[in-house]
Amino acid sequence: MFNGYVITIAVFVGIWVSLALSLNILVGYAGQISLGHAAFFGIGAYTSAVMTVRYGQSFWAGLLAAILITGIVGAILGLPSLRVRHDFLVLATMGVNFVVVAVFKYVDFFGGAMGIVNLPAPSLFGVSFRGGALYMALVWLYAGFVLLISWYLSKTWAGLALNTVRIDEDAAAAVGVSVPRFKIYAFAISAALAGGAGSFYAHFIGSVFPDTFAFVESIAILSMVIIGGVGTLRGPIFGAILLKSAPEFLRFAQDYRFTIYGALLVLMMLFQPSGLLGDDSWLWTLGKRIFRRPAASMQAEEAS
Amino acid sequence: MLHIHDLDVFYGHIHALHQVSLQVNESEAVAVLGANGAGKSTLIKSIMGWEKPSSGQILFQNEPLDRLPAWERVKRGLALVPEGGRLFGDISVADNLRLGAYLQPEAVIRSQMDMVYELFPVLAERQKQIAKTLSGGEQQMLAIARALMACPRLLLIDEVSMGLMPILVKRVFSVIGELRQQGMSILLVEQNAYESLKVVDRAYVLENGHIVLEGTPDELRQNPRVRAAYLGG
Repeated sequence: MFNGYVITIAVFVGIWVSLALSLNILVGYAGQISLGHAAFFGIGAYTSAVMTVRYGQSFWAGLLAAILITGIVGAILGLPSLRVRHDFLVLATMGVNFVVVAVFKYVDFFGGAMGIVNLPAPSLFGVSFRGGALYMALVWLYAGFVLLISWYLSKTWAGLALNTVRIDEDAAAAVGVSVPRFKIYAFAISAALAGGAGSFYAHFIGSVFPDTFAFVESIAILSMVIIGGVGTLRGPIFGAILLKSAPEFLRFAQDYRFTIYGALLVLMMLFQPSGLLGDDSWLWTLGKRIFRRPAASMQAEEAS
Repeated sequence: MLHIHDLDVFYGHIHALHQVSLQVNESEAVAVLGANGAGKSTLIKSIMGWEKPSSGQILFQNEPLDRLPAWERVKRGLALVPEGGRLFGDISVADNLRLGAYLQPEAVIRSQMDMVYELFPVLAERQKQIAKTLSGGEQQMLAIARALMACPRLLLIDEVSMGLMPILVKRVFSVIGELRQQGMSILLVEQNAYESLKVVDRAYVLENGHIVLEGTPDELRQNPRVRAAYLGG
C-alpha cells in the first residue's frame, strides 16, 4: 500500500506539518506575525547540507546542527521584534527571508544557484532510510516531536506567559513578564523546529536550492497555520495536510498553488479569521455540537 | 516610598506633564484628581514604565526607576490596575490571577488567591470563566485582584471608576478603602473626586499637566476651586 508516490506525499505532508506547527508557536502563541518562516526552513536545510556534503558528517549530526544553528539564528533574527511591532515586524521578517535566500544564491560556499547536491540519506546501524517507509516514519516521528513541544508549551507556565505577550504586551510587562525574553524564546524555538524540518527535507530530496526557501513558501506555511486555525494544535496540522495534499488530488491546480493559497488566505481573513478549525469556527462548533451532545446531556442529568 | 521630582513627559510636541512632583508615603493612600486630558494616565504610565519621561526622577524606596522596564518595577513591588482593566481576555479568571502573581512562588500564589477570592467572592464563582465574558464590573474587580496577586508594596490604580455604574463605583471604592485600612500604600488617579476623597489620606489636583493643588481631603473639599470644578459646586 505504501508505494513510492504515497510515501513521497506523506513525507512532504509530515515536513509541512512540522513547519506549520513551528510557525504556530511564533504566530499563534506569541503573536509575532512572521512572513519569513521559509528562511528558517532554508537555514536548516543548508546547515544540514553543508555539514554532510562539505564536512562529511552523518545525517544525524546534520539534523542536530540544523536544529541548533537555526535556533540561534532565529534568536538573533528575533531581535527586531523587540523594537518593532505588528506591521513593521511583518515587513522585517519578510526582508529577512529575501536576505537569506540571496545569501544562499550569491555566496559560493552555499553553491549559488546550483545549490548543494548529493546529500547522503540517513542510515542507522547500516540500514539506509532513503526514500522508503522508514524515512516517512522518521519524518512523522519528528512531526510528533514538534507537536509534543507545541502541546507542552501550551500547557505550561511559559505558554501562559507567551499568551500574555500575544494578547497585550504592555499588560504582560505590568504583571512581571519579561516580554523581550519570551519573544526571543518563541523565535528561537520556532526557528529551531523549522530548521529540523529543513534537514529532513534536504535529505529526502538529496539536494538544496535557494528558491525552494523563497518568500512564497513563507506565505504557504503561514496560509496553512491561518487556514487551519491559528493558536490551536489541530489547526496547523489540518491546514498543512489539506494544503499540501490537495494539489495532489487536484492536479490541474498545481500551477496555481500559490494563487489559491493567497485567495484562501484573503477569504479566511474575511469570513473565518480563527481558521477552519479555530475555537469559534463554524466547523469546530458544529463538530462539538455533534460529538459533545451525549456528554453534555449526561452532565445535565448528573447535575439535576 | 514613592518620590517623583520634576517629571516632564512629552508626546511629540505635546507637553503632557510639566515639572510634576509628588510623593506617596508608606501605608498612605493618595489620589491625583483631574479632568480628562489633565495628564493623569500619563503620570501612572510613567511610574509603571509604559511611558518614558524626558526629564525628572521617579524614586521608589529610594531607588531610581527611570531606566527599569515595567517587569523590573513589578519585581520591586509596584502593581498596576490599568485603565480599562487590560485583562488577558482569552484566558480564564484563575489564569489571569495566576499571571498577576507571575513573579511569586507557588505557595504565595495560593495564599494570595485565597485572599483575593475572599475580597471578591464573585471571582471565586467564576474562576474557570474566560475573562472577556465577565461583566464590566466583574472585569474591574478582576483587574484589581490581578494587581493584588503581585503582593504589591504600592498599588497604582488608573481611572478605576471609568465606565462603571454608580453602584459599582461605590463597591470598587469601598474595596480601595478596605485595602487602605489594611495598610496598603495606594496611588490612584481619578476623575471622580467625590468618591476618591472619601478613601484617601491626601490628594493632588492635576490640571493641564501641572500639579495645582495639594492637601488633605478636608482641605480640598473646602477649596472653592475644587468644589466648583470637581465636586459639582
